[in-house]
Amino acid sequence: MNEQLSIEVTDLTVAYGEKPVLWDVDLSVPAGTLMAIVGPNGAGKTTLIKAILNLIPTAAGQVLIYGQPYTEQRHRVGYVPQRGSVDWDFPTSVLDVVMMGRYGALGWFKRPGTKERQMALEALAKVGMQDYAPRQISQLSGGQQQRTFLARALVQDAQVYFMDEPFQGVDATTERAIVELLKELRAAGKTVVVVHHDLQTVPEYFDWVTLLNVRRIASGPVSAVFTDENLRLTYGGRVAFLERNGNGVGEQGDRGVGESAVASHISPTPPRPHASTPQPRR
Amino acid sequence: MDFFQLFHDLFFDYTLRTVALGAATLGIVSGALGSFAMLRRQSLLGDAMSHAALPGVVLAFMLTGLKTPLVLMLGATVAGITGILLMVAINRYTRIKEDSALGIVLSVFFGFGLLLLTFLQRNPDARQAGLNKFLFGQAATLLTQDVVTMAIFGGVALLLMLLFWKEFKLLSFDRDFGASLGFPMQWLEILITTLLVIAIVIGLQAVGVVLMSAMVVAPAAAARQWTNRLGWMVAIAAGFGALAGVSGTLISSLGSGLSTGPVIVLCISTIVVISLLFATNRGLFWRWLYQQRNRRKLHAKQVLSNLYLMASQHAEPTHPHAITALKVMGAGERGVRYSLQVLAEEGLVRPAQGDQWALTPAGVDAARALLHNEA
Amino acid sequence: MTITQIEIQLIAAVVAIACALPGVFLVLRRMAMMSDAISHTVLLGIVLSFFVVQTLDSPWLILGATAMGVITVSLVELLSNTKLVKQDAAIGLVFPALFSVAVILISRFARGVHLDVDAVLLGELAFAPFDRLTFFGLDLPRSLVVMGIILLINLIFISLFYKELKLTTFDAGLAAALGFSPTLLHYGLMGLVSITAVGAFDAVGSVLVVALMVTPAAAAYLLTNNLRRMLMLSALIGVISAIGGYWLARGLNANIAGSMATITGVVFLIIFLFAPERGIVAGIRRRARQKLDFAQTMLAIHLLQHENRPEAEAESQVEHLVEHIRWTPAFVEQVVDYAERRGAVRNEQGQLILTDTGRSLARQALVN
Repeated sequence: MNEQLSIEVTDLTVAYGEKPVLWDVDLSVPAGTLMAIVGPNGAGKTTLIKAILNLIPTAAGQVLIYGQPYTEQRHRVGYVPQRGSVDWDFPTSVLDVVMMGRYGALGWFKRPGTKERQMALEALAKVGMQDYAPRQISQLSGGQQQRTFLARALVQDAQVYFMDEPFQGVDATTERAIVELLKELRAAGKTVVVVHHDLQTVPEYFDWVTLLNVRRIASGPVSAVFTDENLRLTYGGRVAFLERNGNGVGEQGDRGVGESAVASHISPTPPRPHASTPQPRR
Repeated sequence: MDFFQLFHDLFFDYTLRTVALGAATLGIVSGALGSFAMLRRQSLLGDAMSHAALPGVVLAFMLTGLKTPLVLMLGATVAGITGILLMVAINRYTRIKEDSALGIVLSVFFGFGLLLLTFLQRNPDARQAGLNKFLFGQAATLLTQDVVTMAIFGGVALLLMLLFWKEFKLLSFDRDFGASLGFPMQWLEILITTLLVIAIVIGLQAVGVVLMSAMVVAPAAAARQWTNRLGWMVAIAAGFGALAGVSGTLISSLGSGLSTGPVIVLCISTIVVISLLFATNRGLFWRWLYQQRNRRKLHAKQVLSNLYLMASQHAEPTHPHAITALKVMGAGERGVRYSLQVLAEEGLVRPAQGDQWALTPAGVDAARALLHNEA
Repeated sequence: MTITQIEIQLIAAVVAIACALPGVFLVLRRMAMMSDAISHTVLLGIVLSFFVVQTLDSPWLILGATAMGVITVSLVELLSNTKLVKQDAAIGLVFPALFSVAVILISRFARGVHLDVDAVLLGELAFAPFDRLTFFGLDLPRSLVVMGIILLINLIFISLFYKELKLTTFDAGLAAALGFSPTLLHYGLMGLVSITAVGAFDAVGSVLVVALMVTPAAAAYLLTNNLRRMLMLSALIGVISAIGGYWLARGLNANIAGSMATITGVVFLIIFLFAPERGIVAGIRRRARQKLDFAQTMLAIHLLQHENRPEAEAESQVEHLVEHIRWTPAFVEQVVDYAERRGAVRNEQGQLILTDTGRSLARQALVN
């Protein structure tokens, strides 16, 4: 993990009418980090990603990618939107969707050609979907859809990736595959920021975490930041979550062996039974 | 009805040929551009834009004193674009939803057009205001020059569509992703909507308001059933549009007092119904057939396992049983015999003495596997 | 004013109110374009009923047309349930086809009958007073009687099922859980829309039914959150548009219905711009005020976060704000000025000091 900051966000503020949705958010992410963004529903996680990517108007703030304004660095940034944001009934194939990742590099009017096709097929191979290339996207399962989106992001060949809930509603195999992919990206020095909905897997999958609830509550390495206190501040109530043996997350408070699952207002998805010994990180 | 005479006329009768060409042109253009509208869930935009064009047409005439198609089309286009901008404003700045915005623009603009038209004629009776032509078009009075104008504008619109093909695909499928790549999605949106307005406007004078809304949606809806590729869908939609245009023209020329417009709509609607029912893979007919076949397969499997269950009470699994016993066992009386015949064809059962049936050794294996899988 | 003039305005007002009421629910339930579809397909209902009863003066025509409206809705639903087309496309497929059938039937088989497509589509209110009948001993225009009855039906339905309509509009799931049938209510509402559309043909024709149903309701939606008030406001706006439209048409010697639709648009535009909370002008004013308020709070938070830290001096320089936050020099001046006037900060030679007021402002924002 090198010291150069791949992402610098300062004072990012977004408001809809009277309501502030994001308030003075600062982020500094070193290159080669896997970072999760967590927070309750309505905390502004998707808004944060969209604001960084200039997809929605901001009231204030700026975004630097490797020291330059985001708008000049688009070619270094890849985006994986939420799966539910597109109509999967659209008449197009998996390969076609992945090739869309090259449209930025192609610029105006040029059609994708053999080179783009090849890159798309390689990206699909990396996510294990090369056999599905000609398939109509409405015939895909949730996990396959997600992998298609990931392949599209891979093909952008970016250095910084923003992903919005890539683990939402995918099967266990796909989830493992995605985690592997993320780790490969990190190993290649890329930075990946992921809006994540499942608190339990944060320490296992990510190096860094940002706790968000309209404001940035805390941001930094998981070991330092993912504490009960911070979670309480973020989620505003008592927090109880499955004990993690070994890699203790936070020293104080509510741990108890066999303490029951995550409080319902924290995560909309019911907690999945988890392996008792987490993998050693890195 | 003499078909040969009809086709002869199509090529040699000036009026018929011109009208047919005009209808085909508008069918192609609206079919192609309507595909994008439909995919972007803006099917009713055609309806709204057709109605909204009226004040534009009237104002263009009022301001220039000219009634040439070009002038009127320009007026219609300006009105259409104004309507769209208003809808965008309503959407963006208020909590009023898209469908209401469509309804407001459609009806208010149309009403305003009516106001202007009857004011112009100094005659409040709409019937005499020549509105008829606008509502249903005057296809029968199309001149070659009209068709040429239509073809030129339509051609330009299609060329632009092809030029911006991948950008429009991106806009329709994943707008945010396209924006993140740096494409100006808002401008592309305005462009594609303007092309749609052009498609509508060139058709209005030929076939009128109510028709144009159909010609934007129907060819695309029909084409979608036949393919999963955007390129093919647009091409097929254009083809269906042309087909409906030409056949509608021909058919309406047969009867007296049959307006071309409504007949074309019925033609394209027929194409839609046929596509919905019989298109490869998606068609409702095939869906029904598939369900029937599945039902039979399921039933046959049931009979097979029942036979096995009964037989396993004997030392020999290939012991024959009466068909009546099988009928009682709960797979349903009807079709037991049919299922047995199907199973016999697959070599899994064989008929025995009396009205009895027995499992073959292959049948025994199959039944075992079935029950094992379901366990 | 002559009796005729009064009658026309009365009819127009009754039509407007009768349309506005179901229109409110159409707008809230996002079914506005269904009114467009229904208003076209009722023509087919009229034609088919006419073929059966062979006379234009039968109440069966209205019933047949209403039934056709409901059939339209079922067809649209049927079509979109196949999942082969989306709902908006389904609407756009069904009504042009049915309408075209009607037009063809009329031109082929109903020639010479006074069933004029143009009349159905466009209506002519000016002629309405000349078609009269005797109703309970009173000599009244037919449109007034018909529309009056329809208005009554609307009022009865809405008052009877007010609770259910409200619930199914805002929370269909809860309504179903409580045992109400959202589907039944939905079809009831669509029947109401159909019968109103049919009745309004005489007066305003089909397209303008849409204007009277959707536009006043949408305008009212910008004025209130209360359903009851929204119903009343839509009716009021409808009446204003009706009367205003009449006088405009008289002045210009133009079509009354078109004029009424235009006025609904004008009223909508005025409300769109000037509505107290949700209007454009109100929004601009609010945003300008908010911008300074936000900026002031941001400034306070910014100063608070860096207070008593090594970089405090650098971070609280006025110039620094220009580069650090995305503010222009002119705006920085505005904000600092605003904050100073409100006592949130003190400006000491280019360095900003947070006051107690400012500090509590920042803390409060952080807590929320």
